Amino acid sequence: MAGPLIRMDRVRKQFGAGTLAVSDLTLSIDEGEFVSFLGPSGCGKSTALRMIAGLLPVTAGTIAIRPGAEEAEHDLGFVFQEPTLMPWTSVAQNVYLPLRMAGVSRAEAEPRVRAALADVGLSRFAEAYPRELSGGMKMRVSIARAMVTRPRILLMDEPFAALDEMTRMKLNNDVLRLWAERGLTVIFVTHSVFESVYLSSRVLVMAARPGRVVADLPLSAPWPRDDAYRNAARYVTDCRAVSEVLKRTLHDADIDH
Amino acid sequence: MTLTSITEPYDAAPAVNLEAQERARRARRLAWIVPSLTMMAALALWEWWVRAYDVPHYLVPAPSRIWATLMTDGPSLMVSAWFTVKLTLMALALAVVGGVALGAVFAMSRTLEMSLFPFAVILQVTPVIAIAPLILIYVDSTFAALLICAWIVAFFPILSGTVVGLRSADHNLSDLFTLYGASRWQRLRFLLAPSALPFFMAALKVAGGLALIGAVVAEFVAGTTGRNTGLASRIIESSFRNEIPRMFAALVLVSLLGIAIFLATSALSRLVLGRWHESEIRREV
Repeated sequence: MAGPLIRMDRVRKQFGAGTLAVSDLTLSIDEGEFVSFLGPSGCGKSTALRMIAGLLPVTAGTIAIRPGAEEAEHDLGFVFQEPTLMPWTSVAQNVYLPLRMAGVSRAEAEPRVRAALADVGLSRFAEAYPRELSGGMKMRVSIARAMVTRPRILLMDEPFAALDEMTRMKLNNDVLRLWAERGLTVIFVTHSVFESVYLSSRVLVMAARPGRVVADLPLSAPWPRDDAYRNAARYVTDCRAVSEVLKRTLHDADIDH
Repeated sequence: MTLTSITEPYDAAPAVNLEAQERARRARRLAWIVPSLTMMAALALWEWWVRAYDVPHYLVPAPSRIWATLMTDGPSLMVSAWFTVKLTLMALALAVVGGVALGAVFAMSRTLEMSLFPFAVILQVTPVIAIAPLILIYVDSTFAALLICAWIVAFFPILSGTVVGLRSADHNLSDLFTLYGASRWQRLRFLLAPSALPFFMAALKVAGGLALIGAVVAEFVAGTTGRNTGLASRIIESSFRNEIPRMFAALVLVSLLGIAIFLATSALSRLVLGRWHESEIRREV
């Protein structure tokens, strides 16, 4: 393997002349890792993710993604905090969007859209409109859309923050399964210690003002992780350990805001 | 590697609720019946009042007399009505073409918007009735002159609706299009235009009514200079001759035209937005 898949070198992001959202972020992520950016709101974790996606320009520093084989239409899949679906068209058309942008014909795309929807358990909802779906189902469509281009890297920006607990647990399992089956590299932004420990092979704890990584914690709990793992002693100790680090971070920072 | 479905499929749509359907049907019927009844009651009251108090028909004609006038003067009134219909619809069509085109240009370029917007505002705020005489002097063809007047009135809402609509696309969706490297055309076709549609439809409803008002006002101005055109000039002409029932008859036709335009634009709005936009979705109770 030729070095890390994603390398960020002293990346800095300043909005206008004001807030320093991310300061001197240096990290590398290997292929196949499941990395969580964990931190309080305003710590620049979403900003970091958007810069990796190329949605925000960096103020200074570099972000390098090792180029992959040419088999995918798009190397990056992005899942937003909101489902971010086009309300005026069907679920299938929403999932078709990335392929359409890449110039894939409707006929060629059709079986792939169908497969992507089957992967998230929504085969029967291809012709439904987004408003007819529940919050969790909309999120699944969003994941199917991100996966339809066969990306190597999946970026997720607090995707399940607005969902109820049961739905979130279910979708966590779905993401883990996709990650394992597809050999994805996932970067997952969250403010939930429990979610980050459940999912990740590595948690990067971030602190605010300026946004920076304060701890890099590998989590070696074995795979596959499932609901039984949520009750395992290992999970509890890992959660406690990560919480401690996060608490210290908040304590160090000025939190009277 | 074969992939198993990672979740059990969701359940099918809930069973059709016949009782709720029946209720909805009844509510829809009621939505027609109630206004029709009140309208008929108002007409009956009017008829009764005219007869009971012997109101002379050259002051206020009874509905029955207006109806009779509509029948006898029908053919000649229809010619005038057709003129007004043509005028209104052409003005509306041109307002849509011009408003959408200029709106798209504005949405693309702030500089162009800043330089051209004052002209649009001037056109909008200057009462058309004040500009109409000038236009009638400058433009040889009466129809073209009237068309310009009606267009000026209908144009602005379409323009501003289009500009606001094109700018109101969801930011995350916009990021998504950026992420997938959408071309300008793809962005316009698949993101901006659908996002603008609700705003455009609202503007179209307003512009439809305004096109008629613009046409009528312009016709009035033309009518006072003795040019015979559409329904409005018939109203003026009848008032000169003191033919009050015919004034009412022409007025009824103008109103009907306005109602038809309103119903048509509302139906169009329901057709294109009905499946997804909050403004046109019927909520179940």
